[in-house]
Amino acid sequence: MKTKRVSGSEAVILSLIEEGVNTIFGYPGGAIMPIYDLLYDYQDQIKHILTRHEQGAAHAAQGYARVTGKVGVCMVTSGPGATNLTTGLADAMLDSTPIICISGQVVSGLLGTDAFQETDVMGFSMPITKWNIQITRAEEIPEMMARAFFIATTGRPGPVMIDITKDAQFAELDFKYEKCRDVRSYVPRPKLQMEYVEKAAALINNAKKPMALVGQGVILSGAEKLLLQFIEKAQIPAAWTLLGNSAMPTDHPLNVGMLGMHGNYGPNIKTNECDLLLGLGMRFDDRVTGDVKTYGKMAKVIHFEIDSSEVNKNVKADVAVIADIKETFEAILPLIKETKREEWLNQFKSAYQYEYDKIIEKDIHPEKEGLTMGEVIRRITERTDGEAILVTDVGQHQMIANRYFKFKHSRSVVTSGGLGTMGFGLPAAFGAQRGRPDKTVIAVIGDGGFQMTIQELGTIWQNKAPVKIVLLNNNFLGMVRQWQQLFFDKRYSSTELTNPDFITIARGFGIDGKKVSERKDLDGAINEMLSLEGPFLLEVTVEKEDNVFPMVPAGASVSDIRLE
Amino acid sequence: MEEKEFTITAFSENSIGLLNRITIIFTRRHLNIESLTVSESAIHGIFKFTIVINTTQTLIEKVVKQLEKIVDVLRAYYLCTEEIIYQEIALYKVPTEALTQSTEIEGLIRKHNARILEVTNEYTVIEKTGHKDETQQLFDDMKGFGVLQFTRSGRIAITKATRERLSEYLVKLDTEKPRVQI
Repeated sequence: MKTKRVSGSEAVILSLIEEGVNTIFGYPGGAIMPIYDLLYDYQDQIKHILTRHEQGAAHAAQGYARVTGKVGVCMVTSGPGATNLTTGLADAMLDSTPIICISGQVVSGLLGTDAFQETDVMGFSMPITKWNIQITRAEEIPEMMARAFFIATTGRPGPVMIDITKDAQFAELDFKYEKCRDVRSYVPRPKLQMEYVEKAAALINNAKKPMALVGQGVILSGAEKLLLQFIEKAQIPAAWTLLGNSAMPTDHPLNVGMLGMHGNYGPNIKTNECDLLLGLGMRFDDRVTGDVKTYGKMAKVIHFEIDSSEVNKNVKADVAVIADIKETFEAILPLIKETKREEWLNQFKSAYQYEYDKIIEKDIHPEKEGLTMGEVIRRITERTDGEAILVTDVGQHQMIANRYFKFKHSRSVVTSGGLGTMGFGLPAAFGAQRGRPDKTVIAVIGDGGFQMTIQELGTIWQNKAPVKIVLLNNNFLGMVRQWQQLFFDKRYSSTELTNPDFITIARGFGIDGKKVSERKDLDGAINEMLSLEGPFLLEVTVEKEDNVFPMVPAGASVSDIRLE
Repeated sequence: MEEKEFTITAFSENSIGLLNRITIIFTRRHLNIESLTVSESAIHGIFKFTIVINTTQTLIEKVVKQLEKIVDVLRAYYLCTEEIIYQEIALYKVPTEALTQSTEIEGLIRKHNARILEVTNEYTVIEKTGHKDETQQLFDDMKGFGVLQFTRSGRIAITKATRERLSEYLVKLDTEKPRVQI
């Protein structure tokens, strides 16, 4: 292989190009300047997007990764540049999002001396990355970059942090690039054990009332089609975790809705009535299970999972197949008997009807004067016909949007699940739009979270990114207020917001917007937002004290789901 | 569930910061490390961590799987005390004068199977290997001499199984590890 004499900085950029990266998000500063200087020469191959805060860069990279399935890359300087990535790294770690963060570091001779803008990047990023590395010698760059991409994308994906000292960026090396194909100590694809597949098939074939729990693993593995073949053949009703949303089309007859705390009534209540629970690329998070002691009382548990440390972590599995779920589906499909389960499926239909009458009807066709979050979401999703990408922030609007938005395609939802990061929505929506410029990207955000990363309106404007921002404004930190109402005796401690004029703020950033407070204006404003080419802020004043139901109170059993 | 003593052995690549990554797993679970020893294993370039933890069976299984999930960790096992032969080493520094004036010293060295490493005019260094209660017993027995310094190592352990499990695992890795298509 031919080599080329280059600087460490150029080696970083050439490595990114070798890995097919054409977009990175970042923010320059002293310790990363040599790489930024070289980026100037490679503008035709790598588009660097300047965010307004490093946290914005991390979430944008996440949004980009989630909709494309590719690695999201961000680049920052040492010290505060690197520490500002923490929330994004932790979020990507919990939600298995492949991102690579490159930070500059002080020259190696100054490591550990409390030099200007020095911080222990290895130390702080260790618990919140899948892998991290500090590079002090230029020669290490190609191999470590290749390793970073390999680790971030294979197995259960996750964030990787690469910290490169400034002297390594300046020093020269003979560059040649070989993609990483193996790391001795790392087994990204556990070998499928056929005996457990057979045991699982026997349990499925003998089950009377099975229920599938679809997680993001199905999406990460690209197993959406196989999932449908599997549930269709065995006629298994399938519910999804928040991160598993859009793995199945919303209107698929076997899609029985969302699991967990604010999920649908049917799948929650049936968890304790079914005789078989199939965890498919999901991790039995506490927001899904409620109290694990009373979870799935009547059921055997099958767990298809690539990460063996998730098996038996929260819920004990009777049979576990530890492998890439695509392989598992391929292996199990021929062993599955075609079955009819009309009676069982009808039970989900009646549960949905019950929930519809009690909650959904009032959410999406309210009779009261004030607008509800549910009706706004429904109107938008009717207009976009399942084709749009939904990005949310965290809180009430997130639950409502995930409950009522409809999808036809996988990778259509970007939301912060595990970490529940307020402020995630706006920058993630920007990243998602860069990743899928062919799609309409709708960012549904609350008035609290919007103000956590509102500066990224500048990034959206500078890049003319047509992000459609739907601000559901109730002048409250709504989810916390809901908990205060239900569990803290209506003591509304620090949850009411005195908000700025958001439309003026958006206009200040060059972004057009419209505020809607009455139902009669809603459709017109949605049409205006969707028909305009550029970014748009649609602010909707919604009911101040609406609650999200159903709700499984924290620590309660899924059977104790509350409808009011 | 009842807590008991487990010995974890973890084999890893020799990379910077790995000790930190390993201890983070215990910190997150609010587990205290009773003893920790790290050194190169029988296989060149592979390091062995021996960690003693008091916890429950359920938790140790989860913790060991999380250790194994660390990219640079090759393999981690947990063993009950009955499954291993283990040893620690202790060093005691006592004033030489106190020893020479005592009539017990020969008896103590014999009884504890200890040995003397160095004698100077001021102090004498005694070494003893054994389990923690044994090295502790010698410490207690020598209290009358006025022990100047005392230090005890972490545990090292070897399994009662005939072969090192890692060697078999490495052979398996070479032949059976599914490769990822890029």
